[in-house]
Amino acid sequence: MSTLIIADHDLGVLSPATARVIHAVAELGPIEVLVLGQDTTAVAAEAAKLAGVTKVIVAHSAGTADGDVQVIETLAPRYTYLVQSAGSVGKDRMPRLAARLDLMPVTDIVGILGPTRFTRPIYAGNALQTVTDNQPQHILTIRASAFRAAAGGNDSPIEAIDVPVISAAKLIAQHRTESNTPDLATAQIVVGGGVALGYSENFKLIEQLAKKLGAAIGATRAAVDAGYAPNDWQVGQTGKIIAPDLYIAIGISGALQHLAGIQGAKKIVAINSDPEAPLVKLADVALIGDLFEIIPQLIAELEKAGVNR
Amino acid sequence: MKILVAIKRVVDHNVRIRVRPDGTGVETSGVRMSMNPFCKHAVEAAVQLSEAGQGDEIVIVSIGPKAANDVILTALAMGAHRGILIETDAELETLAIAKLLAKVVAEESPDLVLLGKQAVDDDSNHVGQMLAALTNRPQATFASVIKLVGQSLEVTREVDSGTETVSIPLPAIVTADLRLNTPRNAALPMVMKARSKPLAVRPAAEFGVGLAPRLIIEKISPPAERMAGKTVGSTSELAAYIASEISQMEAL
Repeated sequence: MSTLIIADHDLGVLSPATARVIHAVAELGPIEVLVLGQDTTAVAAEAAKLAGVTKVIVAHSAGTADGDVQVIETLAPRYTYLVQSAGSVGKDRMPRLAARLDLMPVTDIVGILGPTRFTRPIYAGNALQTVTDNQPQHILTIRASAFRAAAGGNDSPIEAIDVPVISAAKLIAQHRTESNTPDLATAQIVVGGGVALGYSENFKLIEQLAKKLGAAIGATRAAVDAGYAPNDWQVGQTGKIIAPDLYIAIGISGALQHLAGIQGAKKIVAINSDPEAPLVKLADVALIGDLFEIIPQLIAELEKAGVNR
Repeated sequence: MKILVAIKRVVDHNVRIRVRPDGTGVETSGVRMSMNPFCKHAVEAAVQLSEAGQGDEIVIVSIGPKAANDVILTALAMGAHRGILIETDAELETLAIAKLLAKVVAEESPDLVLLGKQAVDDDSNHVGQMLAALTNRPQATFASVIKLVGQSLEVTREVDSGTETVSIPLPAIVTADLRLNTPRNAALPMVMKARSKPLAVRPAAEFGVGLAPRLIIEKISPPAERMAGKTVGSTSELAAYIASEISQMEAL
């Protein structure tokens, strides 16, 4: 009964999601972590420090789905559980792996009830499914925001392996959104902006507030579609799912698809001109008014209150 | 380039669903159904490739009850040429769906298979990736741009860090994200014309694929309700609330 977790990483840094996945499945058995990619020495070293990890395996990969899945498939017979976070890489790779192994995966898990029992949201989080998986091996993706992170302080061995891979796909370009805000999917505080903000210039207001609070920035689908915010800021059923301690929704009415992405937030604050907006009704605290007046005032008030993160 | 588009009939995405009190599922009787939004983007992408002279025949396939004919007709009205309904009243798992689609791919030999990235009912986001595995084809999921370059596709994908572009040789599998295009509403003459396009109905059992579920769905339950909130009257009250939440958070 052992587990292989495929690490998420970007730009040579281990994603905070991986520590949460490790913590989530810690009770299922000993954990080995697979780091796929190029120049992953620092990522592997970070993973080796996480509590519960018994070994880190490093393998070269060119960053394509068909290539990555070949490597995981080679290692698969050794493990009972093959697990990754339900981020864009895990969503892309794990169903392909599952079909290769003739297994039905259980994805987007938000609760682990036992070795073979899991809960996962359906219908944009408006219903929860309790599933038993009695297959001989289990392919899982975990919604990282639903779990706490594993502690550090470990020093597990790192082993490099060489798996020859033939990938038909080629990665030819990457375009990253430049931002020095925290990782949206795992941030403690998120400030979200809706289409009511208007031009992308106005999103600068949100960025100022986010900076003050040490918060990540999110946006609605409508705001992303309108070109006001980059696609990787999208929060909702089809974007990122967040579960911060505090979510501040600015000019967001609260379409069902957006609410799906924020249901895990512990506290929700809404700032909106419409007292009838669904998100205002859902919020723990709402302030009704013109966001262009409120936000600069709020930044000043927070400054006065000595908030600076 | 021959294109196969797989589509799903789901509870309309604007309907607020209701979980049955006995925990057996979500109430779907008497509820408005329509084509899964992501599937519409996939159909639109196929029609646009065809209009640009890069696609030839567009075949639509859907798996579901007889009533799923509706969504196939919608796709035919958008500009697809021919439809196949694989009829079953069972709620199939994504692995079984992918196996049925793999049989259709073997029969039809399309150069490109387009699907929506996920269905908004079970939110699985599996089938395109599974079909790519079963047909041993390269995949590009979550597509926001598709360009035909010689015998390959250059697909821009929406990923957690921004976007990335992959080149995949045909034949290939692509799943559509929301910003790929704006699906058209078919004009009435197209809707009328769709009725005369070929639509084959074939029972799922005919394909010789194991359809038995692998997972046991124990129950479906509603999510926890949130406590009712309050409205504050001023920005300073709001700032005080946020400051106290942050100090509680930091105390932990």
